[in-house]
Amino acid sequence: MMEAVTIPPFERFYDEHRTEVLRLLRRRLDVDRADDAFQETFLRALRAYGRLEHGEHLRAWVLTIAQNVALDMLRRARPTEELVEAASTDSPPAYTELADLTDGLGPKERAAVVLRYGYDLSYDQIASVLGSSPDAARQATSTGVRRIRRRITS
Amino acid sequence: MTVTPDLDRRFREAAATLGLVDIGFDIVESPIGELLVAASDQGVASIWFDPDPADDLDRLARIGGPRVLRSPRNVEHARRQLDEYFAKKRRSFDLQLDLRAMPPFTLEVLGELARVPYGETTTYGALAQRVGHPHAARAVGTVMNRNRIPIVLPCHRVVGASGNLTGYAGGLDRKETLLELEGAR
Repeated sequence: MMEAVTIPPFERFYDEHRTEVLRLLRRRLDVDRADDAFQETFLRALRAYGRLEHGEHLRAWVLTIAQNVALDMLRRARPTEELVEAASTDSPPAYTELADLTDGLGPKERAAVVLRYGYDLSYDQIASVLGSSPDAARQATSTGVRRIRRRITS
Repeated sequence: MTVTPDLDRRFREAAATLGLVDIGFDIVESPIGELLVAASDQGVASIWFDPDPADDLDRLARIGGPRVLRSPRNVEHARRQLDEYFAKKRRSFDLQLDLRAMPPFTLEVLGELARVPYGETTTYGALAQRVGHPHAARAVGTVMNRNRIPIVLPCHRVVGASGNLTGYAGGLDRKETLLELEGAR
């Protein structure tokens, strides 16, 4: 087995990805809300950071968090609008490997499935990405899997 | 597009306020050069001379965990007391220390070291004697050399039996400056 990639000190992780995270958020949100979302993104990442098991895919991970924070904010502002489109325009790397399978899922379920089975994150960690409880993360994952299974077998 | 200093500061302050930082650090200016001061929720974890971010971040993570963040708020107390010390307005530090993972002998030696008064010096041998290992002067020297919280744990007050300054992880110049500041030389 290959040795797990070490988790870098958070300061280095933050320094490496903050510009890209802000850029993503500014494409989704106005300046003020992008700033709020920036802070929320890195706070969520920080909350989960101590429980990460390896340092792989950190860029994909933090961009997925940012994606979901932006979605949450948009949803709060325009609760009835269809947001799936907004979620997929960037085609973040977190989605690429399981893209075909997860295509039809809503953004939360999709993120949950990809993080669980693509990146092997725990429900705790997924919860931090989605800004929800571990139970809700588990629920989103299993709903996603059920939908995929139904589609494949039908 | 860059992250503005204001946005950056807001994130760091929020992180510290929410208690999400394992080890917060900042650079503190001093008459003996820049110091990298770091603290965990247990207390001050390190004071290092000649900060070198590339290396220091990894060292901090090994002490306290991966959530290492530059965070002035975490080192506020230490910064104030160091400023007062260098301004000769403070003779002893009133700070919690993070001495996690240190072996018993090291802790004993550092405990004795902490009792060496401001403006006075002692020797490696005397310190060895005080922890009950009179022949362990060399081992005491090693503990001094690896002391990760210098100034607050005053290893600069420990000199050779002949009165020579002997050595200092931060360089002999700094040791001399600190002793002069305290009026010990």
